[in-house]
Amino acid sequence: MKDRSVRPALWRMGVIALAVVLAFSLVGCSKSTPEAANPEPAPVEKTKFVLASTTSTQDSGLFDVLIPAFEKANPEYTVEVIAVGSGEAMKMGENKDADVLLVHSPAAEKAFMEAGFGTERRDVMYNDFVIVGPASDPAGIKSAGDLNAVMAALAKGKAPFMTRDDKSGTNAKELKLWAGASVSPTATANAADWYLSTGQGMGETLKITNEKQGYTLSDRATFLTSKGALDLVILREGDKALLNQYGVIPVKDAAHLDGGTAFMEWITSAEAQKIIGEFGIEKFGQALFTPNAQ
Amino acid sequence: MGIFVDAFRGGLDMLVSGATDVWSIVLVSVQVSGAAVLLALVLGIPAGFVLGTKRFIGRRMMLVIANTGMGLPPVVVGLVVAMLLSRRGPFGKLELLYSQPAMVIAQLVIALPIVAAVSAAAVSAVPRELRLQARSLGASPWQEAFMTLKEARMGLIAAIAAGFGSIISEVGAVTMVGGNLAGKTRVMTTAIVQYTRMGDYGPALALAAVLMGMVLVVNILLARVQSSAERFEA
Repeated sequence: MKDRSVRPALWRMGVIALAVVLAFSLVGCSKSTPEAANPEPAPVEKTKFVLASTTSTQDSGLFDVLIPAFEKANPEYTVEVIAVGSGEAMKMGENKDADVLLVHSPAAEKAFMEAGFGTERRDVMYNDFVIVGPASDPAGIKSAGDLNAVMAALAKGKAPFMTRDDKSGTNAKELKLWAGASVSPTATANAADWYLSTGQGMGETLKITNEKQGYTLSDRATFLTSKGALDLVILREGDKALLNQYGVIPVKDAAHLDGGTAFMEWITSAEAQKIIGEFGIEKFGQALFTPNAQ
Repeated sequence: MGIFVDAFRGGLDMLVSGATDVWSIVLVSVQVSGAAVLLALVLGIPAGFVLGTKRFIGRRMMLVIANTGMGLPPVVVGLVVAMLLSRRGPFGKLELLYSQPAMVIAQLVIALPIVAAVSAAAVSAVPRELRLQARSLGASPWQEAFMTLKEARMGLIAAIAAGFGSIISEVGAVTMVGGNLAGKTRVMTTAIVQYTRMGDYGPALALAAVLMGMVLVVNILLARVQSSAERFEA
């Protein structure tokens, strides 16, 4: 008896719950497309545009501060951030899947501009790369002379070196460092044992480096953000070749080029540059990026 | 559509020439998932047999666990296995994280409930009378078990195929515990993610084709099992 009276009640509750969920999802839809059957005029017509950027910027947490500030200053826009490697970010630009890029791969950016995919490129900020590894430093890079000597010491393969191998800005920088030292890591005799390709973002690559107790090249921001979970230390920093320049490029003929251009204007403005220069001081005791827009 | 044509042409070249690492990635995939499914069989079929034929306290609960396990989110498995094997975790001393054994462990956890639950269903579908008859004719418990498994063989093949299909196309857990290391722990799914991330659609599409082919074979196998089971019943 009891069973029978309870079941229809449960059934009804289920239907009501479903109706509520549906109603909410409809409300959600009408919010993102204000022109869809909504008689009341929306307060502001928001244009959504896509910012393609790098995993290292995303992992640093900079966007959590920057994007809300931009949207406050430009209430007509909302930004969707897609964090990928610099390589895919630029591919997204080529395919017009992104409206604006914030990347750090100067050579690739130059090629992108020369191919006519961007309207303009401006410097935004820089941070620097650091070489991290176990405190015991089995390859002895701390005492090595210049950066070329460091790379040569690493290429002896005394400990694994993790390469991102993903055409990211960080990967491009790493390859440049090897080239600068006239070392080809993949051509060394025991490359398979020590030169390991992760093909992943900075955060993951640092974790793998930690497990293998090896070395890797990381941007300072990501390393500082994830250092709590790692038994790794900075072994090389401050060398001039370790600087990491970020540029912003609105994509030519993109669907929301106006939004992309507005983002470029804003991120190179005094207001945004100040936010960038202060980011990280509170949490890490040091700024993670140095603004340098002209 | 140009994007597909270009990528397809590039991908096809790689598969045919065999010059790139595409086939070695396929090999790692088959090795890891093959080992995992083999272990899942060794543990899962006996478990399925017990769950499907014996009556004991806690059986219902274990069936619920096995069935829930079939829907276990692979990322959760990846997270827990990664934490257990991490240098700072309880099994850190083994230095297993980001190696093939770590991937086999994660895939085993994903495949085991599937193999166990599907084979439990298969053996419980074997008529009880058949087993009773075997026993009355003097079959030992081992002979009886062997006969039951033989009767349920179609369902057991389905269990293997379902288990293999679920792990070969899984990406979350293998990324987390394997690390996508080239030539070591890079499998088809993680390589597809990586190539796509790099905007390198050619090899991504080539691997996708191989992966789809494998899943197709698994499903053809499943369909054949199903149709032959129907014939058996008719």
